[in-house]
Amino acid sequence: MAIDTSKNSYTIIFSIIMVVVVGSLLAGISSVLSPSIKTNKKVEKMQNILYAMGVTHPEDINESVPEAEAEALFKQYVGDEQYIITGATAEKTNEAFKIEVKKEQDKVKADASYQQKLSLFVGKKDGKDFYVVPVRGNGLWGPVWAYLSLDKDMVVQGAFFDHKTETPGLGANIKEAFFRDDFKGEHTFDAQGNYQGIAIKKGNGDPKNERKTDNAVDAMAGATITGDGVAVMIKKGLALYVPYFKTLKNNG
Amino acid sequence: MGMSKKHKGLILDPLSDNNPVTIQVLGICSALAITAQIKPSVIMAISVIFVLGLGNVIISLLRNVIPSKIRIIVQLIVVATLVIIVDQVLKAYAYQLSKQLGAFIGLIITNCIIMGRFEAFALANKPWPSFLDGIGNALGYGVLLVIVAFFRELLGAGTLFGIPVLGDPIEKTGLFALGYENNGFMVLSPMALIVVGIIIWVQRSKNTALVEDH
Repeated sequence: MAIDTSKNSYTIIFSIIMVVVVGSLLAGISSVLSPSIKTNKKVEKMQNILYAMGVTHPEDINESVPEAEAEALFKQYVGDEQYIITGATAEKTNEAFKIEVKKEQDKVKADASYQQKLSLFVGKKDGKDFYVVPVRGNGLWGPVWAYLSLDKDMVVQGAFFDHKTETPGLGANIKEAFFRDDFKGEHTFDAQGNYQGIAIKKGNGDPKNERKTDNAVDAMAGATITGDGVAVMIKKGLALYVPYFKTLKNNG
Repeated sequence: MGMSKKHKGLILDPLSDNNPVTIQVLGICSALAITAQIKPSVIMAISVIFVLGLGNVIISLLRNVIPSKIRIIVQLIVVATLVIIVDQVLKAYAYQLSKQLGAFIGLIITNCIIMGRFEAFALANKPWPSFLDGIGNALGYGVLLVIVAFFRELLGAGTLFGIPVLGDPIEKTGLFALGYENNGFMVLSPMALIVVGIIIWVQRSKNTALVEDH
């Protein structure tokens, strides 16, 4: 049977069938797979927070671990020490884990008077407190985000960076250990006690990052915009936590 | 089961004398974007082999029913659907791998080699030859990516597959102790174009039959 594929009616019918078939195929696949994708994301978040605290090792970070294992570790090191911060006050609640930085940022964008809810995870390891905060911003092609663990003075103890679509081999290197390890011990306040964030500087003259109090780490070649995006993300993201950390310091 | 000469040619020609990148000059955009290191180049090559092989078969099976007026849209939908399915399945069962692939999704869909082979080959040929053509062209593309990435990673960062091979540039060991420096320019995209250009030059001077008449 020969079909006249040049007729308009045929083209329209073909398009309709194609859209229905492809649409239901994708919707079907998505609904079948979404529970396990959700679990993977939850496990990833726990792993990222634990990594920022220095619990999981660099070689673990690119491996998927079973949900139960990740949950057990998270319970051991963080447990219920989860807080939602508004302004300078903190409320202890396990709802903190569910807060997505992107959704909160969108709410602020829609309504400037909205008080952004911030999540904070306080982990204990070897008798030391790690204040882990999530931040999110924009790289070159898409979103970048990070989990930073801080001490009471907001000095970085560990960091984990991730991205959606940065250029592989260039901006995508923010995920690599050589970049994130530079942040360890870096101060976010200058010597005068003013909040500075952490800049990502070219020609920093400090490739081994031995100066921890200059509020800057060495930039990556070929990834200037991603680096700038990360610096802005850290500066703006951590600034929201400054009031809380100031009261924390004053109280203890 | 022996492969006929014609079928062998479908696989082997794109690897050399009909390479999609150096001869047909397709797929240049992604070749510039991801060849700063070998590892992403290999991931990209594998993804394109999968998508192009399967996509060519699907287009070939549908070749008699696709309305010619909207064939480009149909081709685009086939690529996009395949890529999304792969991405979703990986997200559910190989999460870390899918994260590495994240940046490639858009690059696979816009890779002109894929649309080029759908249009030039699969629409006019049976599924089996189309499959071989798809695999062959994707391999030809992949081989070139890895060659370009080899030079860019070695000269730009002194590493191969992320492993330092020339010494440590900060501690000044190995070659760096002799005053050697990494060429930071190799990491940037324009150098990919220059490396591809040099490969084209070498290839054509070895096989003058490839040089176009003026």
